[in-house]
Order: sequence, then C-alpha cells, then structure tokens
Amino acid sequence: MAAQMSAPEALNTLSAGLVLISAFAMVATRQVQGVVRFFVVQSALLAASCFLLGFAQHSLHLYALGAITIIAKVVAIPWVLKRVLARALYVRREIDQVFNIPSSLLLALLLAIMAVLLVSPLMSMTPDPVIRINLPIGLAGVLIGAFSLMARREAVPQLIGILAMENGAFFAGIAIAAELPLIAELTVAFNVILIAVIVGLVAKNIQERIGTTEAGALTRLREEPMSWR
Amino acid sequence: MALTGAVALPLLAALLCWIPPFRRAAWGISVACLGSAFVLSLVVAAEVIANSRVIGISRWLEADGLSALVLVLVSFVTALAAVFARDYMRHDEEQSHRIWWFYCDSNLFAFALIITPALADPNLVWVGVELITLFAILLVAFEQTANALEAAWKYSMLTMIGAPISLLGFLVLFWAYRSAGATSPETWTSLASHAAAMPPALLKLAFLLVFVGFGAKVGLAPMHTWLPDAHSQAPSPACAVLSGVKTSVPLYAILRLLGIVLGSPTVGLGRWMTVIGLLSVAVAAFLLLQVREYKRMFAYSTVEHMGIILTGAGLATHSSDFGAVSQMLNHSITKSLCFYVAGTVLVTLDTREIKSIRGLLRVSPFMGGALLLCALAIAGAPPFPIFLSEYSILSAGLRDGHIWTVAILSALIVLAFIGILLQVNRMAFGRAEQPLVRVTVPNSCRIAIVAACVPVVVLGIYIPGPLHSLLVLAAQQLGGH
Repeated sequence: MAAQMSAPEALNTLSAGLVLISAFAMVATRQVQGVVRFFVVQSALLAASCFLLGFAQHSLHLYALGAITIIAKVVAIPWVLKRVLARALYVRREIDQVFNIPSSLLLALLLAIMAVLLVSPLMSMTPDPVIRINLPIGLAGVLIGAFSLMARREAVPQLIGILAMENGAFFAGIAIAAELPLIAELTVAFNVILIAVIVGLVAKNIQERIGTTEAGALTRLREEPMSWR
Repeated sequence: MALTGAVALPLLAALLCWIPPFRRAAWGISVACLGSAFVLSLVVAAEVIANSRVIGISRWLEADGLSALVLVLVSFVTALAAVFARDYMRHDEEQSHRIWWFYCDSNLFAFALIITPALADPNLVWVGVELITLFAILLVAFEQTANALEAAWKYSMLTMIGAPISLLGFLVLFWAYRSAGATSPETWTSLASHAAAMPPALLKLAFLLVFVGFGAKVGLAPMHTWLPDAHSQAPSPACAVLSGVKTSVPLYAILRLLGIVLGSPTVGLGRWMTVIGLLSVAVAAFLLLQVREYKRMFAYSTVEHMGIILTGAGLATHSSDFGAVSQMLNHSITKSLCFYVAGTVLVTLDTREIKSIRGLLRVSPFMGGALLLCALAIAGAPPFPIFLSEYSILSAGLRDGHIWTVAILSALIVLAFIGILLQVNRMAFGRAEQPLVRVTVPNSCRIAIVAACVPVVVLGIYIPGPLHSLLVLAAQQLGGH
C-alpha cells in the first residue's frame, strides 16, 4: 500500500479503529450515562492520537492539542453536564429511538462505508498514510454523530451527538491541518465547552418547565394550513 | 483603531451590564456603546472607501469592502434594536428582574456579530459564527415559556449539527491552502491569492462542507425549519437582529468563500448556488401563503431573501454580485424595521395571530401605517430599495442569458409579494369582530421605527455616492466575472 508507517503512526491506526468503534457504541447504547461514557472514551482516543502523531512529527503543537482535548472533553464537559443537569436526567435509561438498535447499527455502518467512498477520490492526492486513515474515519465519525443526533429523541444524547461530530472533525483535522494556529484550536475548544454549557442549560430549563427532555415531544410550534375566510 | 474600537465596545457593554451596580443602567450602557460602535464602523467604512482596506490588528482584525458593509449593517441594526428594547422589555413584568441579562446577552451577541466580519483568519470566522449561534440560543430561550424553550432547542440542534461539518470544511480548506505551497498564516487575503494553486477537488470539498454547515445557520432550504420558530419566539428586539443581520453573517462567510472558489478554475458551483437559492425562495414563497402568525411571516420572508441573495451571487457576474450585496443591505435595514413594527404590535395588542388583528389603521394610525410601509418595502414594491436590488439581480441574469432562472425567480418573488400583502392587507384594513380600543405606541418603539424608516425610504430614491462605492467594493469580493 502506501509509505512505511512508523510505530506511533501504526498505533494511531489502532486508535482510529477504536474511535470508529466508540462511535458505533454510542449509537448502540440505550442509557444516557453510557452515551456520555463512550463519548469520554472517544475523546481520550482522540487525545491519544494527538500525542502519537505529535511524537511522530515532533510537533509540540499536537501535544498541546492533545492536552486541550483532555481538559475540555474528558474532564470539563462530563463535569459540566453532571453539574448542570438533574440527576434524574443524567441516569435516565431507555432512551427513545426512532430506529431499534440493530437497524441503527446497520445504518451507522452504511454511513461509515459512505464516508470511505466519499473521500476516496482525494486519496490519490496524498501519499501520507495518516491522512488515508484519519480522514475517512473522521468523516465517518461526523456522519455517525449526525445520525445519532437525528435518531435520538432525548436531549443529552443529542448534545453528545454534536460533540461526537466535533471529535470526528478533529480526528480528521489532526492529520490534514496539523499546523493550524494554536489560537484557533484554543478558541474552538473553548467554544465546544460553551456549547455543552449553553445547550445543557436549555435542556435543564426544558426539564424544569415542560417536565420532559424527550425532544420528540416538542411539537407545539408547527405550521398548519390557515383557514381562509 | 476604529475597527478595534467597534469590536471592543459591545464587549465592554456586556461586561458593564453584568456588573451588579451597573445593571440598572443596562439600557443606557447598551445604547451608548452600540451607538458608538455604529459611528466607529461608519469611520471604518469611510477608510475602506478611501484605501480599499483597513487593518485593525494585522492578520487578526482586517476589513475590506464586504466586511465593512456587513460591519455597518450589523452595528446599525444592533444599536437601533437596543433603542427599541427599552419600552418593549419593560412590558413583561415577569422578566423585569432579568432584564439586565437580556442586555448583557444582546451585547455579547452584538459583539460576536461585529467581530465575525472583521476577522482575518477563516478558522476564527468559524468560531465567530458559532459564538453568534450560542448567544442567539440564549436570546431565543430568554422568555422561558414552553414555546420559547422548544424553539431554542430546535434552533440549537438544527444549527449545531452544521457546526462540526463546517469545522471539517475549514480544516480541509487549510489543507488545500497548505497543499498550494503557501507558508504564510492563513487569512482571507492570502487564501484568495493562492486560490488558483489549490487542488480544485479539495477546494470544492471545503466549500461544500462549509456551505452545508453554514447554510443551516443562514436558513437555506431544506434546513430552514428552525428559523420561523426561533425568529418568532425570541423577544422582538432580538428578532430584529436575528432576522435582519444574524442570517446575513454566515451568508457573508459563504459568499466570501464562494468568491475564492470562483477564483480557481473550478466550474459549476455557481449554478448549484442558484438552484439552492431558488429552492429557498420557493419554499418560503409557498409557506408565506399559509402562515398564521405575523412574526413567522416576516421570518419566512427572511428565508426568501437569503435565497435571493444566494441566487444573485450564484449568477456570478459583476452586476448580479452588485445586486446581491445591495440586496443584503436592503434586506437588513427593511427586515429589522419589520420586526420593530411586529414587536410593537405584539406588545400593544398582545396577540401573535394574524387573524386576531383587523383594522390596525383605525386602532393606531401610526402602527397601521408603519405596517403597510414595511410590508410593501419587504415584499419589494417600488420605490423601496428591495425593489431596486431585486431588479438589478433579475436584469443581470437576463443580460447573461439565464432566462429560466430569471423567470422562476421573478414568479416566486411575485408569489411572495402576494402572500405578504394579502396578510398585511387584512391586518391593516380588515373589519374587526369586536370594536378595538385605540392604543398608544411606547416611545422607544416609536423612535426606533421612525429611525429605521429613514434608510428604507431614502435608499429607494437616492443612493449616496460613498454607499455606492462601498457596495461596488463589496461586490468585488464575490468573484463575479
């Protein structure tokens, strides 16, 4: 296949596989807390990939990004979610889903295959083995995250779906845009925490005012045909 | 200097509104800071017209024609919305202890809106657009009713789903930039100068990802469903900003990137922009016929106008680009006026439904007249400015031979015109079921409406020379040929 991989790059490939598996795990979990746990695992894997590639490319920059990822996504966001959301919400079981779990997994698999097909025309442009691994898996992470966001009807898993999409984008990013200015990455990380806080607050308010966090139950605002007089 | 000041002032205002001793003066602080920011952005625009470029902090804050235009629009609308807010926000007794928070968040929102067009680094523009969305979510949820929270939730989910997609787009853009052999830091200017050397496949992918992600925030069909909910449930001063300029800022980023993409030998993207633009106009035009609430009506009209701007930019000629940027200007000033009027109607008559408002001209000649004026202006009747910019997009399309685009677009514009005027006609002239009592319009609402009417009436008849040169400079960034 492509150029020879160094040991850290080979480990990055392993991490990439696990990132994809944790994306599937988030789709397959029926419990809010479980979804959050798999998100933390996925973020830790993303950070591990940052450190591995930073070691391989002697890039301080990627080390910094790995550290930011751990602080923001492994520590801060789960803490914020726990603080903001009521316990009843956080430990809730049996999330409502549009599809049952086997068909969700099948659809997620199709999305992963689609991601590989989508980026295959770009693969001829680069000999870099890291890009060849990280770009399709990152895109698959984005697509599966989007799918779980749409298939779930519960507030917290929807929020985690967005954050998992960000993980996917970053997983591709550390390969294709490794020298991105640190200030951009810092602000992006800050932004991700802000997303968790603000969306979490809205979810909390919904829980308090409407008494449910089933997003599927939010159907008051609709356009109905007006009666013509 | 003026640019840095215009960006810093709203942030200062937000900080002051948050500090407890100043909370009582939140309105005064907001108006003073946002008003000064508007004056400073006029200074920036004047400098841009003279030197075609203003640098606040090199490689971080820079403004050219397109940024200066968006900057002026954003600061104008946010400042006037702050004026309008005074009596509107006092009306709601239940929220009176939280009003400082409304002003604080509005100022943060204004800060994000003002800084985004001035940012030189595209990756930071992504952060800016996300900040805009986040502060907007808080504004939509402000009233904390079940409807407002539902709207905020739908809004956050549907627009946030675009965030990682557009982030990936900007990362691919960075990859394309580096693949072109560029070593200098990435800014909009350096991107444009390397556009020809970037691999077209990467540039196209980057644009598509950014377009999908930001298109959801602009409210382009089929990702428009959150827009009427959010833009009708937020407090009306926030609606004016949301509908008037908040949708224009992500569109600004799309147009800027489109200009760069069209600068490379990639073909066919312009046509796609036209198709998606027309689709948005069509969806909005048909929904306008069956809308029940007047604030939702104006929100759908925003979807229509975003589609028109995109169609104009997609035609990609010099004159259609000019039409697109003028449409952006005219839409912002007219739509914010519409929401000031709608907000005043809501606060005095306390109903959101079109069918419960009849004979508004008799209830309040001021409100009825203002409603008729803003409806005619937003629907695109002559001699209002939107008529002029729509006409210039259509005639640019005809000159370039896009007969079908022009035919479909003009049919849909007429349909939307009929939709808006039918509803407003009944609200203004219809006969009321029960006799309505005359109401008085709160002062700050009256002042904001009159002030917002000035540009809407004047620009339809006369475009000042400096404004024309600014529009020409802005149109150049859209990459038409």
